[in-house]
Amino acid sequence: MVLQAPSAAHSGYSTERIMHRVLLATIPGALALTWHFGWGSLINVLLCSLCALACEALVLRLRCRPVGFYLRDCSALVTAVFLGLALPPLAPWWIVVVGCVFSIVIAKQLYGGLGYNPCNPAMVGYAALLLCFPMQMSRWLVPHSLLPEDIYQPGLWESLNLVFGAADWIDGMTGATPLDVLKQQTGMMIEQVYASQPVFQQAGWAGVGWEWVNLGFLAGGLWLLRMRVFSWHAPLAMLGMLSLTALVYWDSGSSESFGSPVFHLFSGASMMGAFFILTDPVSSATSIKGKLVYGAMIGALVFVIRSWGEYPDAIAFAVLLANFAAPTIDRYSLPRSYGHARRGTKTSGDGDQ
Amino acid sequence: MNRVWNTPGGIHPPANKRQSLTLPIGYPKLPERLVVPLIQHIGEHCIACVTIGQQVLKGELIGVVDGALGTSVHAPSSGIVSAIEARPVGHQSGSLAPCIEILTDGLERWVSRPKTRDYRQLAPSQLLERIAQSGICGLGGAGFPTATKLTFNGAVPISTIIINATECEPYVTADESLMRERADEIIAGIGIIAFLYDNTPRLVIGIEETKPEACAALLAASHASAIEIVQIPSKYPSGGERQLIYTLTGKEVPSGRIPASIGILCINVATTYAIKRAIIDGEPLISRVVTVTGKACGTQRNYQTLIGTPVQHLLDHSGLDDSRLSKLIMGGPMIGFDLPYASVPVVKTSYCILAPDASELAPTAPERACIRCGFCAEVCPVSLLPQQLLWHAKTADHQRLEEHNLFDCIECGACAYVCPSHIPLVQYYRASKGEIDAARADKANARQARQRFEFHQLRLARLEREKNQRRKARRAAAGSNPSPSSRIKAPKASIMRLSSADIIAAAQGRTTGKKPTAEQTLNKLRRNVSTLQMRLEHAERRLAAAAGETADKQNSLRATAEDARQKLHRGEQRLTEQYH
Repeated sequence: MVLQAPSAAHSGYSTERIMHRVLLATIPGALALTWHFGWGSLINVLLCSLCALACEALVLRLRCRPVGFYLRDCSALVTAVFLGLALPPLAPWWIVVVGCVFSIVIAKQLYGGLGYNPCNPAMVGYAALLLCFPMQMSRWLVPHSLLPEDIYQPGLWESLNLVFGAADWIDGMTGATPLDVLKQQTGMMIEQVYASQPVFQQAGWAGVGWEWVNLGFLAGGLWLLRMRVFSWHAPLAMLGMLSLTALVYWDSGSSESFGSPVFHLFSGASMMGAFFILTDPVSSATSIKGKLVYGAMIGALVFVIRSWGEYPDAIAFAVLLANFAAPTIDRYSLPRSYGHARRGTKTSGDGDQ
Repeated sequence: MNRVWNTPGGIHPPANKRQSLTLPIGYPKLPERLVVPLIQHIGEHCIACVTIGQQVLKGELIGVVDGALGTSVHAPSSGIVSAIEARPVGHQSGSLAPCIEILTDGLERWVSRPKTRDYRQLAPSQLLERIAQSGICGLGGAGFPTATKLTFNGAVPISTIIINATECEPYVTADESLMRERADEIIAGIGIIAFLYDNTPRLVIGIEETKPEACAALLAASHASAIEIVQIPSKYPSGGERQLIYTLTGKEVPSGRIPASIGILCINVATTYAIKRAIIDGEPLISRVVTVTGKACGTQRNYQTLIGTPVQHLLDHSGLDDSRLSKLIMGGPMIGFDLPYASVPVVKTSYCILAPDASELAPTAPERACIRCGFCAEVCPVSLLPQQLLWHAKTADHQRLEEHNLFDCIECGACAYVCPSHIPLVQYYRASKGEIDAARADKANARQARQRFEFHQLRLARLEREKNQRRKARRAAAGSNPSPSSRIKAPKASIMRLSSADIIAAAQGRTTGKKPTAEQTLNKLRRNVSTLQMRLEHAERRLAAAAGETADKQNSLRATAEDARQKLHRGEQRLTEQYH
């Protein structure tokens, strides 16, 4: 199809501007991660960015596409930042590299680049790593306030040494995340878990560090919402469904409970998922109805996988499953257009025209 | 205060209307040449009813309607017809259309104008006839012949007439200036339209609330009438016909139908003015108000412009600075199109000439891939999913495109306006609509061809059947007189049932029936002889030419010639016998 350049006026929106705003919006969450878990997340983000840009440039070159033009849309950077923030801090460098290759080369460019990837690239990378290297991927640091007295949070230089394998890990540095803790504490009332575990003792409602990380991403997400980068439908549906399912199984905190809605909302990657991963427009459903279904589906899946699954967190798998469902959701969630009957039954187009 | 319904979507681009409203409607000087296209409306081309060199008067009919749908064309000024030929007209493709060129004489001599003091004396049918003869079509952009529109009647009678005074597109102020300055005439035009209907329909003027002066002028002019003036929130495209109908009445025009099917008629405000001029002043539609705007123009204002005025003439008159011009657009910045030449004429549907500089309308950014951000779906006034339409348009999936209601797209361009990837969405949709229309036409043609073929086969079968029936009937009727074919097919049975006398009689009958007349035989023999003579001559020529050939060849040729000579001889003999 060959088209003439249109004369139409334009609002001045651009893909770059959207991506820049998304990048900016990750700052509060990234700061919270760094504050509580040290330099690891920032190193991840930096390594991921370099590696993702290199991968993107290489494949664009191989595909004979203008490298500069496509790099400038910053979409590779956004994927890299998401992946870097999702990976456990101080993950070995090769984990980062493998993740980037999966994300950028396989999940994005092999499908045709930005706009053509059926699945969220960052989550493909994350899920692939989780399946291939479960040990490294579930090694989360303990927030600095919970470190044993004789262990200090590694500084920048020590962190780099740990990432590049020049130093060894110390046992006390890593620990269970609140999600792990709650899952493994069978037979105790939730109140007892909260009272006995240090990760909950010093926290408000969802675990030391994690609640702040989630608040950070929530703040960034709300700003993006205000900037109209995405609509509220998918995030709200996801968080709503997650709360709802958590509420159904809450039973006021018995030993059979899976944790309160508030705990689920502010644990793990809930907020990052809701505002930064779900809202990836390329791989999500597109109509308003579709976004609601898509978000709700992820919310329910997150709770199911967290509660009965084998993996500590569930955003990546839930999002990927919903990505696969998105085209079908789109197919059945067409909005009612002007001049068409309300109940989806089409008025015939035979006119007096 | 009337209730106003809110349409979904819509955008708020900068209005940019003030700059062309600082001056009242101006009159550009008469151009030397006027180029009047014979098609300026929806429907068929007009047929020129003047000849080259003919003197025409201002307002004289020069093109007549040919076909069911169309509207006539008149000379915008007096002068001489200097050409009737295809010229470039205002269309994106730069396509040519038949035009009549008039060399103006500057005298502006009018034809006789049949003025009507009181239109109520005339019958509605006479008024409609006058509107049709005055060449009026919708001046809002589509150019649908107004007289035809005014005779529409769906299953329900027209109960509401909406006057579209929204003019929601940025930069365009042609209607607004008209309302400010000539509100009385607009209201008079609306009165004429209302008079055409016996059931006194509701009359509503829909106007954007950003036009207080125009609204006040209309209010002042209409205080004694039943016309309602409803101010609606400003947003693009509130002035789309279907959008305005919903905004004012809460009713949706069913997909694929026209507003008349739900008893609503929507007419542009400039059209009502043209109706007033036609009926009361007897002037056909030979001019319209055109906004000439954009920073590349020295003066930005509205002009009462003669139809056929070259765009270049208007731009020169407005002091165009060529060096600042970034592109030239006919229509507004949203649904207008780039003009390939400035020589094209202003037509009845040209409401704006936009000559922006680069700061106003940036050059088009390169297109990126769709990231399905959904901004387009948020602003779509028809609640389509533009991003899905684009996807299916690129893969030419016609079925899905129709499922996604491509044909409900009004091509307002709101989606392209907000698209962060700078995708010219409307262009994709237009191309797809064209493809689908072409595919439908192909399908219809194929269906017709198949029907024809099947009919042909049926007809052959019927002929065969009839032949057989005739044969049977003949056989049955003949009884004692069997036909040769029946004799061949069933000889024994028929012969056995017949007496010998019958057979002889039948044989005699056949010979008398088949025997040619003497004259026929003579003619046949004469033809035979002349053929044989030619054949002999030919054989002798070939024999003479074969002098250097082998003996075998010569012998065979000689034999052929001899054979021919003998046959000729026999033929001549038979001919002489026949003579006797």
